[in-house]
Amino acid sequence: MLIERRGATPTKIKVDNIRKSFQNDKVRLQVIEGLDFEVNEGEFVAIVGPSGCGKTTLMNIIAGFLAPDSGSVNVNGVVRNGPNRKGIMITQQGSVFPWLTVRQNLLFGLPDDMPNRAALADEYAALVGLKGFENNYPHELSGGMLKRADIARALVVKPEILYMDEPFSALDALMSLRMQNELLRILAIEKHTVMLITHDVEEAIHLADRILVLSPRPTRIQASFEVPFAHPRRVSSPEAQALRVAILKELGVTEPV
Amino acid sequence: MKFLKQALPSIIVLAVVVALWWYAVIATNSAIFPTPKKVVLGTLELASDGTLWEHIGASLMRVGAGFALAVALAIPLGLWMGWVHGAYVTLNPLFQIMRPISPIAWIPIAILWFGVGNASPIFLIFIASVFPMIVQTTVGVHTIEKRYLRAAENFGVPRSRLFLKVVFPATLPQIIVGMRIGIGVAWLVVVAAEMIALRSGLGYMIMDSRNAGNRYDLVIAGMIIIGLIGLMLDGFMRLLESMKSVRWRYAH
Repeated sequence: MLIERRGATPTKIKVDNIRKSFQNDKVRLQVIEGLDFEVNEGEFVAIVGPSGCGKTTLMNIIAGFLAPDSGSVNVNGVVRNGPNRKGIMITQQGSVFPWLTVRQNLLFGLPDDMPNRAALADEYAALVGLKGFENNYPHELSGGMLKRADIARALVVKPEILYMDEPFSALDALMSLRMQNELLRILAIEKHTVMLITHDVEEAIHLADRILVLSPRPTRIQASFEVPFAHPRRVSSPEAQALRVAILKELGVTEPV
Repeated sequence: MKFLKQALPSIIVLAVVVALWWYAVIATNSAIFPTPKKVVLGTLELASDGTLWEHIGASLMRVGAGFALAVALAIPLGLWMGWVHGAYVTLNPLFQIMRPISPIAWIPIAILWFGVGNASPIFLIFIASVFPMIVQTTVGVHTIEKRYLRAAENFGVPRSRLFLKVVFPATLPQIIVGMRIGIGVAWLVVVAAEMIALRSGLGYMIMDSRNAGNRYDLVIAGMIIIGLIGLMLDGFMRLLESMKSVRWRYAH
């Protein structure tokens, strides 16, 4: 199944019939079975699916950390054969280096000979609301601030794509919502292409332009939903709730009416 | 004030130990075992004629030399063994066999190879402290969380710079733990090594005080000084552990 291209925006990521299995002792586990889709430039695509369906494996393949058994991933029309700084991964655990200060973390991905790199780092620290914490070490920050540092470090290298794998799942509900709003605010300025994996359907509706629902393992795309609401969105609106019910139904969850 | 409150119980214990010691010596009317007062006077005597400082200096010099050699070998070797699997499976069994051999057992070989000069105790200190540091460093590399290596890969750090930018700083907390263990055993060993045949050092001072006229006040003075310097060396390593760039590994 091929998802229909929208408008004249160029294709950023093209996932072409990828398959992946893992060999575990004598058992072969087929995780991904022939999966195709495209993501357009500047689009925000969320992927939801039952737990254990292979979402993270899929994301690792798209970001270049894992090779598919067959099929290919094209980014900007070029076959992806490894991770690079044009697409930065942000995970649930985060990966801010604990031995570096916030500023040093932001400088990490910038070339040493880049002019004004310190000023750029501070600019992005301020963008995510970490002004005044540039010289703090990660263990001195709260979970939410750590996540902000993770996002700032990704943004400062000016990537074209953000790969977000359950980025806010380790935060409490309130902080998660706050970070979602922060992300939207930043994306309105920076206009990245974003792929988000989440188990939280409301988060997907809140953030994404399009939501792909994955089937249980071996996973394939089971359904695709456009999210036609303008930002700022009210997830409690009847239209959004109807979309949520429809997505949950695809995931095999029916709510009593 | 808070420090005093915390330290008070241990100060009381120390005072009680000294008091019991003093009482026991007087009660038993011992001719040889000294009272605390005699130990203090003996220490002052050694300090004023300068020999105490010579012995302390000699011991510290030997520990410094042996420990520095061990650090210079153990850290690169441990990093290499942690990073390169082949190096680990090749060398680890050898080190696991050598590690439990007490450095004291090496004394005859040290004398055979290096004679009774400074080289023997320095070699023994090296042998004693190098293995724990190799092991800790290797463990440190093995326990680097994959997410940090992946992030570095994602930000385009070339493999040649990965060591300096990620592997070393991520391992540094474990390296410091290894150094703390290493300096501890080094200090244990120097005293034992100096008891053999040297003419300087705290270990020599203890043996010499006994042999030259049963000066047990100086024996005990030497023991207490060894304990205090050991405490200081450990405190110095603790200072390294409190650096902010390594605290993440110990905190919580």
